Amino acid sequence: ADIISTVEFNHTGELLATGDKGGRVVIFQREQESKNQPHRRGEYNVYSTFQSHEPEFDYLKSLEIEEKINKIRWLPQQNAAYFLLSTNDKTVKLWKVSERDKRPEGYNLKDEDGRLRDPSMITVLRVPVLRPMDLMVEATPRRVFANAHTYHINSISVNSDYETYMSADDLRINLWNFEITNQSFNIVDIKPANMEELTEVITAAEFHPHHCNTFVYSSSKGTIRLCDMRASALCDRHAKFFEEPEDPSNRSFFSEIISSISDVKFSHSGRYIMTRDYLTIKVWDLNMENRPIETYQVHDYLRSKLCSLYENDCIFDKFECVWNGSDSVIMTGSYNNFFRMFDRNTKRDVTLEASRENSKPRAILKPRKVCVGGKRRKDEISVDSLDFSKKILHTAWHPSENIIAVAATNNLYIFQDKVN
Amino acid sequence: MFVRGLKRKCFDGEEDIDGTLAGIKAIPSYNLQRQSLLDMSLVKLQLCHMLVEPNLCRSVLIANTVRQIQEEMTQDGTWQMINTQSTGQASLDRLVSTDILCRSSREQAEGKHVAGYSTFNKDFEGDQAQDSSETMSTASSVQALRNLQSNVWEMENPQENKGNFQKSLDQIFETLENRSPNSVEDLFSEVDNSYYDLDTMLTGMMSNTKMGHCDGLETFSSPTTTTSNSNCKSDLNELDHIVEILVES
Repeated sequence: ADIISTVEFNHTGELLATGDKGGRVVIFQREQESKNQPHRRGEYNVYSTFQSHEPEFDYLKSLEIEEKINKIRWLPQQNAAYFLLSTNDKTVKLWKVSERDKRPEGYNLKDEDGRLRDPSMITVLRVPVLRPMDLMVEATPRRVFANAHTYHINSISVNSDYETYMSADDLRINLWNFEITNQSFNIVDIKPANMEELTEVITAAEFHPHHCNTFVYSSSKGTIRLCDMRASALCDRHAKFFEEPEDPSNRSFFSEIISSISDVKFSHSGRYIMTRDYLTIKVWDLNMENRPIETYQVHDYLRSKLCSLYENDCIFDKFECVWNGSDSVIMTGSYNNFFRMFDRNTKRDVTLEASRENSKPRAILKPRKVCVGGKRRKDEISVDSLDFSKKILHTAWHPSENIIAVAATNNLYIFQDKVN
Repeated sequence: MFVRGLKRKCFDGEEDIDGTLAGIKAIPSYNLQRQSLLDMSLVKLQLCHMLVEPNLCRSVLIANTVRQIQEEMTQDGTWQMINTQSTGQASLDRLVSTDILCRSSREQAEGKHVAGYSTFNKDFEGDQAQDSSETMSTASSVQALRNLQSNVWEMENPQENKGNFQKSLDQIFETLENRSPNSVEDLFSEVDNSYYDLDTMLTGMMSNTKMGHCDGLETFSSPTTTTSNSNCKSDLNELDHIVEILVES
């Protein structure tokens, strides 16, 4: 099994897609809940597996293009088939996933094996009928959106008009129409004329969930820009600019690096945005640009270890963050296979672990605690014992229920609310 | 992620230092740590896997850190101090790295232009339509540069390319004098050996398979690895020769 690089529920939560470093996409489907076994609430089983991207070679630059799937985004379902976008560093693809559970039988001109029948031998005409067959799930690439990005794609986002989507790389954001693969509009370009002057890159981007003209993008300097596509074709001038003033007491050489935003997500309501930087999660009200309304410490005990984390490159890890369906709880990952949830209303938070050794299937997860200094209590783990190779970068929350998917390196964990 | 030949002094645990003692000892310690951070950052900028394009965000953040340190050191006056230091005082590594920084800042100040590269700037903008073979071969040559140093966006900035390349080479040359053959081999294992075979480079013969650095060695160079200093010296001369060609083109 390969390292999972993205996790995403579809709009109903019936399907869960994962992308991995090897370019594969695996889709899980939730079982229909049966009345016979009410304690077994719908579990997720493998529905379809396909190779989305292959490794490529850029001959002009003599560099490999990784097949790793950076992001998957589902389209809302409009017919019996499912559609999703998957992207690697350079190319976005639209995949159609459809079921086939019937096949036609009783052709006139060919027999069941497919061999052609001699027309002169046919004496009777029959109408082919559809007969049930074993369910087959097929994935076919319907569109390939290529050659539009010089730099590495970090985000894709489907617009609420369901006709367009955007793809963002380090310096540019392009707007696509699903039907057109040989053109895209460039809507943001922050590449300086002289690359020597480059000091800031785009780290994530997303469309507003309801307003198809609005989108946000985050930067490596900890800022978020909200843009309105009605204002101009090239959205280089932002409509809103979100930045928290720096705390001078906390300033260090690593201040900029840890302020770099690794993920930005609109709330389902569209009223708030959530950003994840190295040590915190911030919730911003779209109506207030000068500071976030809430700040949550994810793993502040790492603040004194920044130099070591810089040395081993962990400081550049890009953690994602997610909202629950009602926007009341937010979740993000950490190290040592820990992930954290913050309840925005009660202000309570919990640290849980995704690991086979420390929890049995269907057992309730035990909250974990990291001890900072001094005496370590029995169940606590000390900061120095944390395994920094076990990082949870990708998580997803079911759109309406309390079911979460957590990717721990090459394992996928699915957790559900406790059944009473 | 290994870091070669650097003192492992970090800012971590600084707050553990006693108050009054910190007042006396903190200042040199801070400079030392800052220098160590600078060294580490420079190494990070250079030692990136070159098979896949390195992460631009990471490179930009590291470069900003280096710039920040540089600015602070200039304000401190520490910068002038190091500039005028003679050899033999601090460790060789530190001298080499600060020399590097001096050179790059000087180049930035003077805004040097190398004629052959200036047209390059525009052409390399991921523009697929490269017609002239001349541009192609220049592209491949710069590719050789990139194999040695890893700042992606500097592809677009040839003069800094040359500066970085120069300093990477210098770094290798200097440490070569003083290190054992084993570490020399290690040093060169970092370098994509396709570099040595310039012809192969220019004909764009990078095969379409995943190559580890070790595989690169096998594919392009002769089976013998550089185990003796004399081999290294001849390879260095070749490198030198290649640099001359690139500079003059």
